Amino acid sequence: MPPPAPDGVGNLRGVEKFPVAARRALADTQLRRNLGKATTTIRAKRAQVVAELPDWEQLREAGRQLKVHTMAQLPDYLAQLEAAVVARGGVVHWARDANEANAIVVDLVRDKAVDEVVKVKSMATQEIGLNEALEAAGIAAWETDLAELIVQLGHDKPSHILVPAIHRNRAEIREIFLREMGDVDPALTDEPAALAGAARQHLRRKFLSAKVAISGANFGIAETGTLAVVESEGNGRMCLTLPDTLITIMGIEKLVPRWQDLEVFLQLLPRSSTGERMNPYTSMWTGVTPGDGPQEFHLILLDNGRTAVLADAEGRDALNCIRCSACLNVCPVYERTGGHAYGSVYPGPIGAILSPQLTGIEDNASLPYASSLCGACYDVCPTKINIPEILVHLRAKHTETYANEHRVPSAEASAMAAAGWVMSNPKRWALALRTGRLGRLLGRKRGVIGEVPLPLAKQWTDARDFTRPPQQTFRDWWAAEHGGER
Amino acid sequence: MFPEVGKATLRVLGRLGHDVEFPAAQTCCGQMHVNTGYQKQALPLVERFADVFAPYDAIVAPSGSCVGSVRHQHAMIAKRFGSAGLVDQVEAVAAKTYELSEFLVDVLGISDVGAYFPHRVTYHPTCHSLRMLRVGDKPIKLLRAVDALELVELPAADQCCGFGGTFAIKNVDTSTAMLADKMRNVLDTGAEICTAGDSSCLMHIGGGLSRIRAGAKTLHLAQILAATRQDPVL
Repeated sequence: MPPPAPDGVGNLRGVEKFPVAARRALADTQLRRNLGKATTTIRAKRAQVVAELPDWEQLREAGRQLKVHTMAQLPDYLAQLEAAVVARGGVVHWARDANEANAIVVDLVRDKAVDEVVKVKSMATQEIGLNEALEAAGIAAWETDLAELIVQLGHDKPSHILVPAIHRNRAEIREIFLREMGDVDPALTDEPAALAGAARQHLRRKFLSAKVAISGANFGIAETGTLAVVESEGNGRMCLTLPDTLITIMGIEKLVPRWQDLEVFLQLLPRSSTGERMNPYTSMWTGVTPGDGPQEFHLILLDNGRTAVLADAEGRDALNCIRCSACLNVCPVYERTGGHAYGSVYPGPIGAILSPQLTGIEDNASLPYASSLCGACYDVCPTKINIPEILVHLRAKHTETYANEHRVPSAEASAMAAAGWVMSNPKRWALALRTGRLGRLLGRKRGVIGEVPLPLAKQWTDARDFTRPPQQTFRDWWAAEHGGER
Repeated sequence: MFPEVGKATLRVLGRLGHDVEFPAAQTCCGQMHVNTGYQKQALPLVERFADVFAPYDAIVAPSGSCVGSVRHQHAMIAKRFGSAGLVDQVEAVAAKTYELSEFLVDVLGISDVGAYFPHRVTYHPTCHSLRMLRVGDKPIKLLRAVDALELVELPAADQCCGFGGTFAIKNVDTSTAMLADKMRNVLDTGAEICTAGDSSCLMHIGGGLSRIRAGAKTLHLAQILAATRQDPVL
C-alpha cells in the first residue's frame, strides 16, 4: 500500500471530530451569515453562467474522461512532463511527501540567500504546511492573494479552497489590517475598495522587491511542459513574472495530457468556481525564457498520499478534482458549518473524500459521515466525481478498517449486526415492528413523542418530536385483511 | 412505522384497477446498512429483495430512497459479495421497481388519480427522488390534478432537509440546522401541509414542525392521492 500523507506536518488532520467541531461552528452566528450569503450568491452566479452553455454536460463528460484517462497513465504523463520542462530549461524535483517538499523548498530558497519569498495562492502549499516550514527556517513567506493575505495576517487557517477567508467579513478584515499591516493608514474604513487599496499598497512593495516566488499550479501540461495558474486578482501574474526565481509546487493529479485539453478545463473551471465566463488572469509558462520572466524555474511534483488514493479503485476519482469548489458552494452541510469544522484545508464534499484518502481513513474517520448524501455536489462537479458514492465507499472502508484493528466490535457494528439479523427474517422483522408499539407508552398526551432522555433517542428527540408508533403495524393489518400469515 | 402510507398506496393503486400484493416475506431494502458502512450485512437483505419480488410485473414503493437503494446500490452489493447469478437477479428486479409517482405517471400514464384534498399544500422534493431517481415534476403533476388542492411552491425546495439517515443522529446539530431552514421555508408558504414521497424526510420535517407547535404538518404524497370526498385522510 502506498504511504499516506505523514502525520505531524501539514494541515490535513483536524484535532476534533467533525460533529464536535461542527456544533461549535453552527453556533457562530457571524459565520452562518457570512457563509449563507456568500454561498447563495455564488450558487446563483454559477447556475446562470452554466445555463448559458448548450454543451455544458458534454464539457463535464469530456473533463471526466480526460481526468480518468490521465490517472490511468499517470506515471507516463509525469515522465513526459518532466522531460518537457527540463528541455525548456526548468528543473524538476519529486517530493514523496510534505516533509520532502518543504525541505526542497527551504534548500532552494536558502541557496538564493534570501529571507523572504512571495507566494501565489496554492492549496498544495497549505496542505503541506509550507509557510510554517519556511518560518521555522527563518524565511518569511508573504501571501499575495488577498484572501490568503487576510488568513495569514489573521494567524488563521483557510476555510474554503477558493475563497479561503470566506469566514471573515469586512469589519473583521479591517481590524486585521489595522493590527497587522505595519504601513496601513489608521483611518482605514471597511469599504471593500479601501481594503483592497490597502492590500495593494502593502503588496506592491513585496512584488517589486522579492527575488523568489512560490506558486502552485492549476494545470500542468505533459505534452509541452507548461504550467497554468488561473486567478482573479493579478497577484499571480506579478509573482510569476517579476522575481528571478520561481518555485512551483504541484500535486501530481493536476496533470493534463495535451495543450488542447486546456480548452475543456478553462471552460469548466471559471464557470464552476467564481461563476464567471472567464477569469481575469490566466498565466501559462514553460520552463525559462532567457531575458524574460524568472531565469530559474523549479517544479516540485508532490505525492503526499496521492498514490495511495490512486490505489483505491472506488476512491481514486477524488483525484479528478480541479479545485473549483462548486461542491462546497452547494453543500448544505458546508454552508452551515464552514470549512474549519472539517479540520483539513480540503473541506466540504471533496474534502470529505480526499482528506481521509490522503491521510488514511482512520485519521479522518468522521469526514465521510459529514454528509446527508443529498447529491447536490455530484450534480455540479465539473469532472463528474460521484462524491456520494465515494462517501458510501469510505464509510465501508472505515468500518472494515476499524473491525480489522479492534478485537471488540464497536457498539455501532454490534447494533448493525443485530439489526441485520432481525431484518433478514420476515417473522423476526414483523415481530420487531410489532414490539415497537411499546413506544405507545409514550406520546399519549400530544399524540407524538416529545423529549426522551435516553441515549440515541435523545439525539433525535432533543430537536424533533418522534412519531408515536401505530396501534397496528401495516403487516398485521394486511394479514388481517387478507387472511394471511402474520 | 407508517402503516397509513402503505394503506394509502394500496388504495390509490386499487382505485386505478390494479391487483396489488404485499408479499409478507419481504423485509427491508438494506439502505441503512449500506449508507452507514456495513455493506456485507446488507447482502442477505439484497438477496431477499431480489428473491421475494422476482415473480411480479412491477414493484412499487412509496419511497424514493428505498427505490434509489434498490436501483443504485443492490447491484453493487451483489457484485461485491454475491454470485454472478445474484447480480442478474438483482438487475432484473431493479429494472421493474418504481417509486410511486414514477409508476403512476410513467408506467400507467396517469396524472389524475381522482383525488380530493381541500387544503393548502407545499411539496418537498426529497434528495433521492430529485437527484438519484430524477422523478422531476411527476409529483407536482399528480398534486396539480388533485381536486380542491391549493399547491404552493416551496422556496429553496432542492435544499436537503437534513435527515440523511444516520446523519440525523451522528450529526444531529448540522441536521437540525438544515431542518430549521427547511421548516422556515415550509412555513413561509403558509401551507397547512408539507408533502413528499419519502416518510423519512417527512418524519424529520414533521417532527420539527410538531416540536415547535408550528401549526403545519407533513403528510405523505400517497395519502393525499388516496384522499377522496368519501374517504378523506384529514
